[in-house]
Amino acid sequence: MDIFGYAFMQRALIASVLIGTVTAVIGVYVVLRGLAFIGAGIAHASFGGVALGFVLGIDPVFAAVVFCLATAWGIAWTASWSAVREDTAIGIFFAASMALGILLIGFVREYHVDLFAYLFGSVLSVTPGDLLLTALLAVVVLGTVALFFKEFLFLAFDAEMAEASGLPVSALHFLLLSILALAIVVSIKVVGIILVSAMIIAPAAAAYQLTDDFRTMMLLAVLLGNAAAIGGLLLSYALDTASGATMVLAATAIFFASAALSPRRRAAKRS
Amino acid sequence: MQPVIELEGVTVRYGELTALEDVTLRVLRGEFTALIGPNGSGKTTLVKAALGLVPLARGSAHLFGRNPRAPGVRARVGYVPQATQLDPRFPIRVLDVVLMGRYGQIGLLRRPRARDWEAARLALERVGAAALAERPFGRLSGGQRQRVLVARALAAEPELLILDEPTTGVDVGATEGFFDLLDSLHRGGLTVLVVSHDVGVVARHVDTVACLNRTLVVHGRPAEVLRPDVLECMYGGQATVVGHGDLPHIVVHRHPRTEGAA
Repeated sequence: MDIFGYAFMQRALIASVLIGTVTAVIGVYVVLRGLAFIGAGIAHASFGGVALGFVLGIDPVFAAVVFCLATAWGIAWTASWSAVREDTAIGIFFAASMALGILLIGFVREYHVDLFAYLFGSVLSVTPGDLLLTALLAVVVLGTVALFFKEFLFLAFDAEMAEASGLPVSALHFLLLSILALAIVVSIKVVGIILVSAMIIAPAAAAYQLTDDFRTMMLLAVLLGNAAAIGGLLLSYALDTASGATMVLAATAIFFASAALSPRRRAAKRS
Repeated sequence: MQPVIELEGVTVRYGELTALEDVTLRVLRGEFTALIGPNGSGKTTLVKAALGLVPLARGSAHLFGRNPRAPGVRARVGYVPQATQLDPRFPIRVLDVVLMGRYGQIGLLRRPRARDWEAARLALERVGAAALAERPFGRLSGGQRQRVLVARALAAEPELLILDEPTTGVDVGATEGFFDLLDSLHRGGLTVLVVSHDVGVVARHVDTVACLNRTLVVHGRPAEVLRPDVLECMYGGQATVVGHGDLPHIVVHRHPRTEGAA
C-alpha cells in the first residue's frame, strides 16, 4: 500500500506492531492473574509521570517509566505491609498520581497540546526517538517474559504451590508488575493513558475465549493484538479518526466476536 | 526411625486468631498418617507450618531434620494443596500442570529437558491418568483433577507426599479409589500425610491418625484413636459415634461450610 510510503506512516506501523505484541503478551498474565485493575491504576498513574516530564523539561515517556515503576512497586509494597488489600492500595495510588499530574500541569506556563497526545494517543506523531525507546522497552518486556516463561505460568496458575516448591514468588510478582508498567508506558504515546488498559485486556481476553491451552492463548493474543493495532491504524487513517480510540474499538470488536464464537463459553453452558 | 516431619510446641497466630496452639507431632519415615479434625481446626495451617509457609509464633518445625526453608528441603516434598483454590477455567493442558512439579529441579531461567517431560509422563502413569495427558485441566472431573495434582507432586520424585483435603468434591466411589492409589504409593516406599475430614475412609487405609482441634488431641493407631470419647471431644456435640465393627463411624450433624475460607 502506498500510504506506507510516508515515513510517519512507516513509524506508525512499526509502533503498532510493537505495541500490539507487547500489550497482548503482558495481557495474558493480566487476564489470568486478575491484574486488570492494577493495569488501569498504573496507566492512570503514568499521567503524573508525563506531567512531571513536561515540568522538568525531560522526555515525558522516560519520566513515565520511572513514575510507573515506582507506582507499581508502591502498590505491591503498600499491600504487603499495611492491612489493606491490593485493590484498595491501587485505588489510592491511582487517584493520588492523577492528582499529582494535574497539580504539576498547573506549573507549565503554556498549555501543551502534546499533553492531549498522551491522554488520548496519537500514533501518527510518533518520532524516530519515540520509536527507538518503544523498541527498547518492548525488548525488555518480551525478553523478561521469555526468560521467566515457566515461572510466570506457575505463578499465574497456582501461586501457593509455586511458593511451596521454592520459587521466589514475591520477587516474581514484583517483576511481573514491573514489566506490566513498562508495557503500559510503551503504549501511552500511541493508545493514550486513558485507553491503554483496554489494549492490554481485550486481545488476551479474546484469546482466552478461543483455547484451552496456555501457549495457544498467548499466540492468539499476539495475533489478535496485532490485528487490532494494525487494523485500528489503517481504519483511523482511512476514516480520519483518533488512532488510539480506533485501535481500542477494533480490539473490543475482536473480543465480542471471539466471545460469540467461543467453544469454551458453549462448553461451560452445556455443563 | 528418623522423623520426616517434626513439629515441637508449634503455635501459629493470624493476627488475633490463634490457629494452632502448642502442637507437637512426629511423622516417621514410611508412615501413612492422616490428619483429621473439624473445619477450622488448623489442619491446613499445620501443613503450612511443617512446610515453612507460615511464620511460627512459638516452637520449631523440621523436615528431614532440617529447616523447611533451607535450600533443597522443600524439593524433597510433594505437596498437593486444596484444589478448590485453583481456577478451573485456566487454559492449560494436563501434562503442563504435571510438569510444574519439575520446576524446582529445572531451576530458574532454564527450559524443561527431555527427562523432565519423561518424569512428568511417568508420574501421570503412576496415578493411572496417562490417557489424560493432552486434555484441558479445566475439563476434568474432581477425581481426575486430584490424580493429576498428585502426579504433579510425584513428578518431583519426592520422599514425602502431603495432601490437603484431596477428596473434597470427589464422589464416594472415586474417594475409595483415590485412597487405594495413596495405599499403593505408600507401599512403594513413600511417606504420606493426608489431611481429611472423612474419618471413615481414612480409618481403613492409614497407619496412624492425628486428631487436631487447634491443638493436638491425640495421635496413634486408628483403632486406638478413633474412640467415641476422643471424637466427641473433637467434634463436641456435633457428632455421634456409631459402632461399626472394630472401627467407629461418626456422623457429624451440623457441618459448617466454612472450610478453606481461612
